[in-house]
Amino acid sequence: MQWELRGDRPIYQQLVEKLTEQIVSGQLAAGEKVPPVRELAAQAGVNPNTMQRALAEMEREGLMFTNRTSGRYVTEDREMIGKVREQIAGERITEFLSGMSQLGFTEQDIVALLKKRSGEEKNNG
Amino acid sequence: MDNNELVICQGLTKNYGKKTALNNLNLTLGRGQFIGLLGPNGSGKTTTIKLLNGLLQPTSGSVLIDGQAPGTYTHSIISYLPDKNYLNDAMKVNDLISFFADFYTDFDRVKATDMLDSLQIDPLSRLKTLSKGNQEKVQLILTMSRKAQLYVLDEPIAGVDPAARDYILSTILSNYSEDASVLLSTHLIADVERVLDEVIFLKEGAMVLHDTVDHIREEHGKSVDALFREVFAC
Repeated sequence: MQWELRGDRPIYQQLVEKLTEQIVSGQLAAGEKVPPVRELAAQAGVNPNTMQRALAEMEREGLMFTNRTSGRYVTEDREMIGKVREQIAGERITEFLSGMSQLGFTEQDIVALLKKRSGEEKNNG
Repeated sequence: MDNNELVICQGLTKNYGKKTALNNLNLTLGRGQFIGLLGPNGSGKTTTIKLLNGLLQPTSGSVLIDGQAPGTYTHSIISYLPDKNYLNDAMKVNDLISFFADFYTDFDRVKATDMLDSLQIDPLSRLKTLSKGNQEKVQLILTMSRKAQLYVLDEPIAGVDPAARDYILSTILSNYSEDASVLLSTHLIADVERVLDEVIFLKEGAMVLHDTVDHIREEHGKSVDALFREVFAC
């Protein structure tokens, strides 16, 4: 199954986002060894050079590091991963709020809707 | 000469009588790149490819591959998949493999056999008894089982279904070595753009664009496919 990529933005940026998501969601755990470039590229269905560029960017951002003798790893800095996770959540919320306000909902409406939904889920679950 | 330059075309021009098929192509291709040669029908893709392979003589200009004009040496480092079947289709697949192994010293028989196995293609069947998709896969496997410096693939995905396309692209991706390049011509851009490093747009025999996929997306905010539709809008 190839990774889903959009047409309007550079591929490597989207790979960076996907890899970051895999780290904050724990799919790639802190301190875990990252699969080889070619393997990841095959998984994603992209060119190895593009994947290499994405991994270099992950290193630049500090979410991965290379050990000269044993390969590439996810950072062990859990605090940093937590911060990135919150940052992504913040971005998602901003996106959601702007979408809702386009539909004409005020923040109060939205909070009420969320409370209702969360109540329904508690009852169903 | 910079050793990173695998292909250099200078003022490459090809006329067929009064018609210009390729007009003053200046192009440099590096190593370790997967390059898409894109353009509508009749834009000069196959002419360019045939010039690289020495199957056509340029009207003017020159082409160098690894520093040499097309000839015995360049044939030994280019693995070429033509746009039409050129093999004797009465031959059995395993005879074709032996044929390639005899012909090309860089042919890896084990690799070819493994790929056929993974596709469950019977090596004892004759090429013409296979489906069109499987015939194309066999030809691609033969081409990619050489350890070449440049793979030139003319429309390798045109005649097959989307699942077979994915297989063919992943086969290409996993089989060219890091210092080799792949030049692939196609008009099916949406299917290939995520695996390409660079693209070349040919329009009426002239190169109108040569850039990396991600730079195009950065600069234009759209996919190569969308840009292509704009440049070549009828």
